[in-house]
Amino acid sequence: MSKAMEPDLQTPLGRTSGQAAKEWSHPSNHWLRGFVLDNRASLGTLAVFIVMMAVFIIANPTVFTTWYLYSSVLTTLPVALFVVVPLVFVVTCGEIDLSFPATMGFASWVFALVVQAGYDPFLGIAAALVTGTLLGFLVGSLVVYGGLSSLIATLGMNFLLRGLIQIINEGKSTALTNLADSRAYAIFSSQLFGIPVQIFWAIAFVVFSALLYNRHRFGAQVKVVGDNPDSAKQMGIDVKLVRVKVFVFTGIGAAIAGTFSVMINFTWWPTAGDGYLLPVLASVFVGGTPTWGGIGTVVGGAIGAVTVSFIQTGVVAAGLSGFYVQFFNGLIIILSLLGHKWNQARYR
Amino acid sequence: MSERIIELRDIKKSYGQVYALGGVNLSVDRGEVVGLIGDNGAGKSTLIKILSGVVKPTSGDILVRGKPVTGWSAARSRDAGIETVFQDRALAVQQTIVRNIFMGRELTGFMGWLKVNKEIEEASRLMREIGFTSKVFTPHSIVGQLSGGERQGVAIARAIYKQAELIILDEPTTALSLTETAKVFHFVRQVRASGRSILFIGHNIHHVFDIADRFVVLDRGKVALTADRSEVKSAEDLINFMEDVAHPGGLPGLHEDAEQRA
Repeated sequence: MSKAMEPDLQTPLGRTSGQAAKEWSHPSNHWLRGFVLDNRASLGTLAVFIVMMAVFIIANPTVFTTWYLYSSVLTTLPVALFVVVPLVFVVTCGEIDLSFPATMGFASWVFALVVQAGYDPFLGIAAALVTGTLLGFLVGSLVVYGGLSSLIATLGMNFLLRGLIQIINEGKSTALTNLADSRAYAIFSSQLFGIPVQIFWAIAFVVFSALLYNRHRFGAQVKVVGDNPDSAKQMGIDVKLVRVKVFVFTGIGAAIAGTFSVMINFTWWPTAGDGYLLPVLASVFVGGTPTWGGIGTVVGGAIGAVTVSFIQTGVVAAGLSGFYVQFFNGLIIILSLLGHKWNQARYR
Repeated sequence: MSERIIELRDIKKSYGQVYALGGVNLSVDRGEVVGLIGDNGAGKSTLIKILSGVVKPTSGDILVRGKPVTGWSAARSRDAGIETVFQDRALAVQQTIVRNIFMGRELTGFMGWLKVNKEIEEASRLMREIGFTSKVFTPHSIVGQLSGGERQGVAIARAIYKQAELIILDEPTTALSLTETAKVFHFVRQVRASGRSILFIGHNIHHVFDIADRFVVLDRGKVALTADRSEVKSAEDLINFMEDVAHPGGLPGLHEDAEQRA
């Protein structure tokens, strides 16, 4: 080896360390550019939503000025938001949870049973939350401590739990007519200034979860575990516990979502939650959370949920027949994925 | 005489019938950079694992600041102020520098909420301490955007947090370009300047020669040579010595080579 090949080891960075201290600066000192760079995924999702809405509105401007259209979306959207947001955590952690529809059904069933038995709906909500927590823990433990693939194990749990509900109820629904007069209904499912009150709870949940994701130890550890589990373990993080926690969080979110869906309809169906599986999963990925784990965006996921729930309403309102809904669902998903692919680089 | 941070006395480690280490003596003083050199299979990795407490020696004594310790473990090693930067660069590359530095020991306040500003402050301080600053990135930068040498910088910054007194760098320059190697050396010098000790493990004798105050050559589980920098004239001396150790009879090709160089 010749000496000429050796690096200049004495002044490696071409400067002395004394002056180094003052050299911190962001790629751009302008706050707006920094904001855009930090939030590019969710801003991309927002752009998709705005373009989609613009197309719908141009197609039929008058329908989109009626409040009823938005009111109906704002009633059902919150149910989706309560599961989309925890799923962002799950996907960031490098897992997937397909069992949340059954958890929604199971927890809301417990809620319905408690209310039907004549107890206060608040007690029913508490019971549903406990059920959701336990089911989340069960599913999480199965995946993490049982060492199973989360894709298959949660799919299995979804069938298993839904099957249990069906076996016991034999397809019969439960009507909860006394719910309308309760205080719980007034707080969680009435209207405020003509706006469905659920949306305020959902927004509060999204804001809380976004803080949890970005400003809390839980969110920090979820991201690290999804990014590099070996490294996380080496640095003393209980990787398995963090993984179980994201499933518990999903269980809790599903319990809230299920309860809200029952309160909207005053009826619990044995199929409660079933229709949410694919739209909710689509919302997470349309929202800009990549499939490979480590990163994600809660706010993006929420905007993704808004986008997905406006597709159906928008297609019909724009004057197209219902047959176009699936086509547009697919189109938006594919376009969003292409957009995110271009928008964010994957670091290895 | 300066304080002795850690001393290994007659450390043996066997896996079944095979001796990975056959009685190794090694010590590191405060503020000293020790270069540990050895071929593949010489026992370097085993020695590092013993120092960081991951592996327990079969026999031998470990002394921390002159006092013998019992029940040596990874936790005890950390308590003694020994931090290891492992070869595989254990970083989460999609996360920011701050998140990597505080991985597993997030600075939190009430109910586990992060003290974001304090973390940034601390991360900046650590990175300044090892001379790891730049116009193009901040503690918020994603580790995946950094070069190999800069990533080592993040790993080193993470290691010196919490009053680490001895940093073990396991082949930190492997697979790095010359400029990137230079960056790592820059960080290592800053760590030494802060009064911490370093155990630098390397394949490349030139690299180790440039950075170390003292050399320890390991060969087939034994220390073949311990030499102060003043005793070794050049990296070629060390290379020749290692060739002699490896092939006592001498390999014709190798020796002709060495003679031509000298």
